[in-house]
Amino acid sequence: MDWITIISTTVKAAINVETVLYALAAIGINVHFGYTGLLNFGQAAFMGVAGYGLAVTVTVLGLPFWVGVIVGLISAVIMAILLGIPTLHLRADYLAIVTIAAAEIVRLVFRSVQFKSVFGGSDGRRGFTDGFYALNPFPEGNYGFNLGPVPLFFNSRSMWVLTVGWLLIALCCGLVYLLMKSPWGRVLKAIREDEDAVRSLGKSVFSYKMQSLILGGVIGCLGGFIYGLAYGSVQPDVFGTETTFYLYTMVILGGAARVLGPVVGAMLFWVLLVLLNGVLSEAVGAGVITFIDTNQAGALRYVLVGLGLILLLIFRPQGIFGDKREIAIDAR
Amino acid sequence: MHAETTENTGRKAAALAVFKDLARDPGVPKPDPILVVDNVVRRFGGLTAVEVNHVEIQRGSITALIGPNGAGKTTFFNQLTGFDTADSGSWTFNGRSMNGVPAHKVARAGMVRTFQLTKALSRLTVLENMRLGAQQQKGENFWQALLPSLWRGQEAEITERAEDLLARFKLDAKRDDFAGALSGGQRKLLEMARALMVQPELVMLDEPMAGVNPALTQSLLGHVKDLREQGMTVLFVEHDMDMVRDISDWVIVMAQGAVIAEGPPSTIMSDERVIDAYLGAHHDAPLSEGELEAQLQEAEAALEAEISESEGSGATAPEPASETASETAGPEPEPATATEEEKQK
Repeated sequence: MDWITIISTTVKAAINVETVLYALAAIGINVHFGYTGLLNFGQAAFMGVAGYGLAVTVTVLGLPFWVGVIVGLISAVIMAILLGIPTLHLRADYLAIVTIAAAEIVRLVFRSVQFKSVFGGSDGRRGFTDGFYALNPFPEGNYGFNLGPVPLFFNSRSMWVLTVGWLLIALCCGLVYLLMKSPWGRVLKAIREDEDAVRSLGKSVFSYKMQSLILGGVIGCLGGFIYGLAYGSVQPDVFGTETTFYLYTMVILGGAARVLGPVVGAMLFWVLLVLLNGVLSEAVGAGVITFIDTNQAGALRYVLVGLGLILLLIFRPQGIFGDKREIAIDAR
Repeated sequence: MHAETTENTGRKAAALAVFKDLARDPGVPKPDPILVVDNVVRRFGGLTAVEVNHVEIQRGSITALIGPNGAGKTTFFNQLTGFDTADSGSWTFNGRSMNGVPAHKVARAGMVRTFQLTKALSRLTVLENMRLGAQQQKGENFWQALLPSLWRGQEAEITERAEDLLARFKLDAKRDDFAGALSGGQRKLLEMARALMVQPELVMLDEPMAGVNPALTQSLLGHVKDLREQGMTVLFVEHDMDMVRDISDWVIVMAQGAVIAEGPPSTIMSDERVIDAYLGAHHDAPLSEGELEAQLQEAEAALEAEISESEGSGATAPEPASETASETAGPEPEPATATEEEKQK
């Protein structure tokens, strides 16, 4: 078994582009679900409209990269408003149903034959990242170092995406930290606990929920940009509901309503997946495990991560950064 | 201290003087109403939960709203505070029309309510619960929230006010605990203190004593009286008649959605309409002609028994009287009314 490769890919997974884009989207979910108590199951759609906003503006309309980013951001805000107006008066569980349906509508529109000339059908769009990589300050080459015998290197394109991505994560975490320390954040947390009590104290619950939905949606849409830029393409099925479910997994893993919870959750999630994938496929390849083949190893890692999550919820329901006292109150 | 107490009794006396010569009719006009309600109707399908023609709440008084279960008291509260939309009707608070105004604007206008099932914000600390009640906070604006220097000063003022109130309600030792860790009674106290952070003119308490132990009841009563001394108007729903008699200046009685009587707490329970509403409720069950007859006979027999008991000379008279009573009507309805009466006492 090639342990060097396994360790190398695993360590890189902690900061790699999947981690970055999922961490950003999970920070958004944390604003919605962790702080405001909004069960938004349509986060993948926020990523989708941003990615497609950028891609379509650049490839179909031929406009510059920065315009594409602005279009993506505006699309996310508009989507939050359109989603919020009819649903934010509803109870939490209805919001979950409506957002999951809305996200599916968005995905199906992106992959529809009708709009193939705009969104590119199930193949999606590619070739919109030149503007971004033109700004790359890193010259061609590999960057990194050897950790003992383990090589940890990224090429210059990855370096640029990761730099921008982690800067965005730092920015978003700082923003969330400042906001949740403030009276504004206090209103959000109070809405999570009891809307009617907040109403009786003279706060417009609808307005705060809408602000939360927009903020989390915009943060989530940054994840969509990173996806498009890192992979050089957007496809509709990337923004399916399982993406949203992974995001919730990360938020709960790290600890909901904690500033760094979603970031650490995303890192752990990908480290675990990559490690299990490496170990299982190497073990199958080397003949150590004989009862499954390589394809089944890919599926088995999700089974094992799921099992780990179940154990986490039983033995540490508050997640990694959570406060046990809060869970005790919930159980009353 | 001394001056304060004389002023205190002054407030109560003033409130009582206002009510002294008022008629006991439902919807009687008050000299200085803070809240005037006209024709408020709320229907749930075929059920008319609230149908209040006219009612006024006197400024600076403690008014109790009582009535049997299902009388529509809480629904009426919900209409007035914007938590539910009335089917029709209008009401003014300080002369300002309030129908159709959303709940948060009602609270901002100075009309703040608490809830029958206490709504403590469990996973916020007691102090954060209190701070939330303050109005016009700069830091509650998204953009200003990002610059702590803009709201720090105001936050410090709010915290000071919150701590004063917590000390008054004897919750200061709990300030950093999660509100979810408080006992039921402490949550009631917290909810009332939090409502005061809004600096309301009219405080509407929905069953402030429900589920509170007797020791804490006394201190809660004191706090409610205190609100009037500070110039606030209090309207509260309550079932405990001892409490109503103790603290209220005026009582409004609702039954089946309508206001059926008003009056001072000392005499309201002897009002015919109120007795009917409370005690008659149990005789509402569909009666057949025969049952009605039997009940009439039972009542007559009971009366005769009483007469012969008081007139008869001691040992001989009561025996046959009690026999006739049990023979004609059977034992069931009579004890039922007796316990009802006891409850009311």
